[in-house]
Amino acid sequence: MSAKRTFLQSAAALVAAGLSTASAQMPQVVAPVSATPVPGPVPEVLQKYTSVTAERLKKPEDGNWFHFRRTYDGWGFSPLTEINAKNVGRLQLVWSMATGQVEGHQAPPIVNNGVMFVATPGNQLLAIEAKTGNLLWRYKRRLPEDVVHLHPTNRGVALYGDKVYFASADCVLVALDARTGKEVWTADVDDYRKAHYMSLAPLIVDGKVILGASGGELGVRGFVAAVDAETGKQLWKTYTIPAPGEPGSETWPAGGDHYKRGGGAVWITGTYDPETNLTFWGTGNAAPWFGDQRPGDNLYTSSVVALDVNSGAIKGHFQYHPNDSWDWDEVSPPIVVDYKRDGKTVKGLINVSRSGYIWDLERTTGRINFVAGRPYVRQNVFKSLDPKTGRPVVDEARKPGTGKGAEFCPSLWGGKDWPPAAFSPRTRLIYIPANDNLCHELVGETPKYVVGERYMGVAKNVMKIVEGADHIGELQAWNVDTGKKAWTTNMPSFMWGPVLATGGDVLFAGGTNDRLFRAFDARSGKILWEYPTISGVAAVPVSFQVDGKQYVAVQSGWGVDPAKMQARMNLLFPGKYPEVPQGGAIYVFAVK
Amino acid sequence: MERRGFLKTASVLGAGLSVGPALAQPASERPKEGDVLVAFEGDSQVPLEPKDVPRDAAPLLAWPMDPAAKVVRNGSRLNKVLLVRLDSATLLGVTREHAADGVVAYSAICPHAGCEVSVWAAEPKTLECSCHYSHYDPRDGAAVIDGPTPRSLAALPLKLADGKLVVAKPFTGRVGIVPT
Repeated sequence: MSAKRTFLQSAAALVAAGLSTASAQMPQVVAPVSATPVPGPVPEVLQKYTSVTAERLKKPEDGNWFHFRRTYDGWGFSPLTEINAKNVGRLQLVWSMATGQVEGHQAPPIVNNGVMFVATPGNQLLAIEAKTGNLLWRYKRRLPEDVVHLHPTNRGVALYGDKVYFASADCVLVALDARTGKEVWTADVDDYRKAHYMSLAPLIVDGKVILGASGGELGVRGFVAAVDAETGKQLWKTYTIPAPGEPGSETWPAGGDHYKRGGGAVWITGTYDPETNLTFWGTGNAAPWFGDQRPGDNLYTSSVVALDVNSGAIKGHFQYHPNDSWDWDEVSPPIVVDYKRDGKTVKGLINVSRSGYIWDLERTTGRINFVAGRPYVRQNVFKSLDPKTGRPVVDEARKPGTGKGAEFCPSLWGGKDWPPAAFSPRTRLIYIPANDNLCHELVGETPKYVVGERYMGVAKNVMKIVEGADHIGELQAWNVDTGKKAWTTNMPSFMWGPVLATGGDVLFAGGTNDRLFRAFDARSGKILWEYPTISGVAAVPVSFQVDGKQYVAVQSGWGVDPAKMQARMNLLFPGKYPEVPQGGAIYVFAVK
Repeated sequence: MERRGFLKTASVLGAGLSVGPALAQPASERPKEGDVLVAFEGDSQVPLEPKDVPRDAAPLLAWPMDPAAKVVRNGSRLNKVLLVRLDSATLLGVTREHAADGVVAYSAICPHAGCEVSVWAAEPKTLECSCHYSHYDPRDGAAVIDGPTPRSLAALPLKLADGKLVVAKPFTGRVGIVPT
């Protein structure tokens, strides 16, 4: 199709330049003198682009993938069934495409009726015909040279109406025309010069674009904000760190200005419950890293907050652990799922936390109630949980502080970092990309706050591996009704792979340093298929359907935290963890 | 919880924050020949001398300063300079020409993700950006040793004037991240 367009453009240039008669006997096609691209007609698949309504966002068609995790509940589940445990071994590459970027590729390809939108590092967004891999348009927003972009990635876009919403790293929300890739408007969400940078996929509910910003290592004050999807006007902004006098401020040292740079960054898309109109967002750790520098629980850091979509008001919260000293951001939002407990159905929230615990919670019209918590990896910091509140009793010997070293497990990257777990309503299992047997030693120091610079206060930072450990990465499956583990599949390296669950009872994930993308049996964890990609896969896989055919798509492109962990492992085992090559590509598979 | 209205600085119809630092103000302009260097810590306007830079040790952060107007060029973080003092005999090629009494100056901003390069690896005497473990050789024009950084740190050639460290030439290359 693109060749046809090129021919037509050239032919038009020929006529326009009045050259047609000069070589009348031998028709020629002459390239335009200028190299400036001539806009072609809008490709057919974009001419037919289907508007995304609020209702479609609430109930996406089975063949589409609209949100970061496809649906508001955060399950990461595609109901498509064509690809199943019996035929997944015959999965083949349909198309692949270089993104032209290095660094960590993490975004899910977002798909609306055959049009795919893929965010990549380099502040880039690609629109692609999902069935063929034809590039439809490319958008890149140039970043300021003085930006601090600690996690140089982008985790995806959101769709609404005829627009695509892209959270640019310089803290600017960009609304693009889905058909052309041209900017419709931009809106400043915050000031990148204060070290806010955006890396998440926005969440859109009823015409509101909801998003937050990273920067927890840089002494920011975290927030969730809502922007009008039509106009770009900011509707509300709720800080995750209360100002003096606001509820929760009593959990910070009195009289100080800790709140101004208290952390609680927001860098993973929240989930949403249409029944209560509440949206759930995970928050990062407090800043600086060491709790003795900010005595108190430090709400609402390392928490989930329930925000009213209309007002942004915090209607409820649950703090997974108070006064963080382990760099355990809890940015993954809980999935919204009802589960059985003691013969009753709990309207629930479940979060697989960085601290190494699975938290079963109850959602209401506001308050979030604790139900149960249990470790899913080696965890030596929490001695017990309060049976009513879930508040952990912390082993102080495992809590590092200013000038005080402590060893603790899991490592500061947690039992699970940002890569989202998945849930299948068919198996009732939640699937966790976990890292076990890793621990850390930290020692703190008092940092000086300088705008735009790191504000962590780390004097010593050493990753450790449990002696005799035979593996680190795992894919785990836990039953949400019984709270019991169903199976574990050990991985050949550490595991940084977001999980996709499907109606065919097949799971998909990458995450290992061997560059493989894998399919697993959702009921047993058995590896059914694997494919060697050009780099490492640490992106969110998706499944979609075009013309009745099911596809699986994922980006490969190693970088950011898995690359750091690889470097750390190579320090522990010199030469055993060589550099994983960088370079991004999109892969789309199907059973032929 | 504080809720703020629409940001005063927000622009809705196309005019986002300007790309790149504002260069109109002298404090934001890149260092110029003849600038002195002052310590990053504190508000001192006393020009640094080679003896102020610890030898074979963690880099000292500094700002350039226009000595005539007494303008410290701290209006842009891209003006942050790191100073390292090394044995002059170990400096390679053009780095020796850029040094003043063994003191070499480089942009303190890692071109990879914009973090401050602040860690000194004592044994190999190299510079490390602790954000993503890029390493640079200060004896060889801050050449990339390993890590994800796309290029070396820009050097700021120095000379001595009345015993003070003085900028001899502007940065030898771009500073800040590689914009997309």
